[in-house]
Amino acid sequence: MIRVQHEDFDIAAESAALQGDGVGAVATFTGIVRGEARLTLEHYPGMTEREIARHVEAAQTRWPLLGVTVIHRIGKLAPGANIVLVAVASAHREPAFRACEFLMDYLKTRAPFWKQEGGVWADAKQSDEEAAKRWD
Amino acid sequence: MTLLYFAWVRQKLGKGQEEIDAPASVRTVNDLIAWLAARDAAYAEIFADPKRLRAAVNHDHVSFEAPVSANDEVAFFPPVTGG
Repeated sequence: MIRVQHEDFDIAAESAALQGDGVGAVATFTGIVRGEARLTLEHYPGMTEREIARHVEAAQTRWPLLGVTVIHRIGKLAPGANIVLVAVASAHREPAFRACEFLMDYLKTRAPFWKQEGGVWADAKQSDEEAAKRWD
Repeated sequence: MTLLYFAWVRQKLGKGQEEIDAPASVRTVNDLIAWLAARDAAYAEIFADPKRLRAAVNHDHVSFEAPVSANDEVAFFPPVTGG
C-alpha cells in the first residue's frame, strides 16, 4: 500500500496491518523532522505514486515479501513530526531489513519530493546517491 | 505540451504549470531547454546551468537527450530531497 498524505500515521497500526499468514518479521523505518526548523514538503502528484510503486515492485521481485507499506507525508511538518514510513513484512528478518533499506534509498533519490527547511530548499546529498547505487 | 515546475524552479518562474506550443524543431528535452531559455530572462536564469535540474517526461525520469512531443507532460525540477 502506498499513500502520500498530509495526515500523520500510526506506526503500530501500520505494522499490525501487515501481520498475517506466514509473516515472521515486520521491519519498519520512520523518518522524522530533525532539528528546530519547520519543513514544507512538495511533491509531483501522479509521478510520486508511480515512482514508489515501481520500487515496491522491484523490492518484491528481489526478496520474498509478504506485504509493503510506504507512507510519505507532504505539507508543513513541525520538528519531531513523522515524515515517512516504510514497513515491510516477510517470513524472516533478512528480506524485511534489506527491502526496507532498499526502499528508503530509492525514496531519497528517485521519488519526486522536495523539502524546504526554514524557507530554503534543501540540497540533494551525494551520500544518498551513493547509498542507492549499492543496489544496482 | 504541458510543462510542470517544482520547488525553486516553480518559485523562480512564479508558476507551476503552463501549456506551450513548441516549434517542430524541439525534439528532445535539450531542445526544449534551449527554446525556453531563449524566451525570456527568467527561463534563461533557470536553465543557465542545466546540471542543477532533472527532467521527467510523462512521469518517468529521463535524460536531457530523451525525445519530447506535442502531447507530452514534461517536468523540470531540482534533484529530489524527500524521505
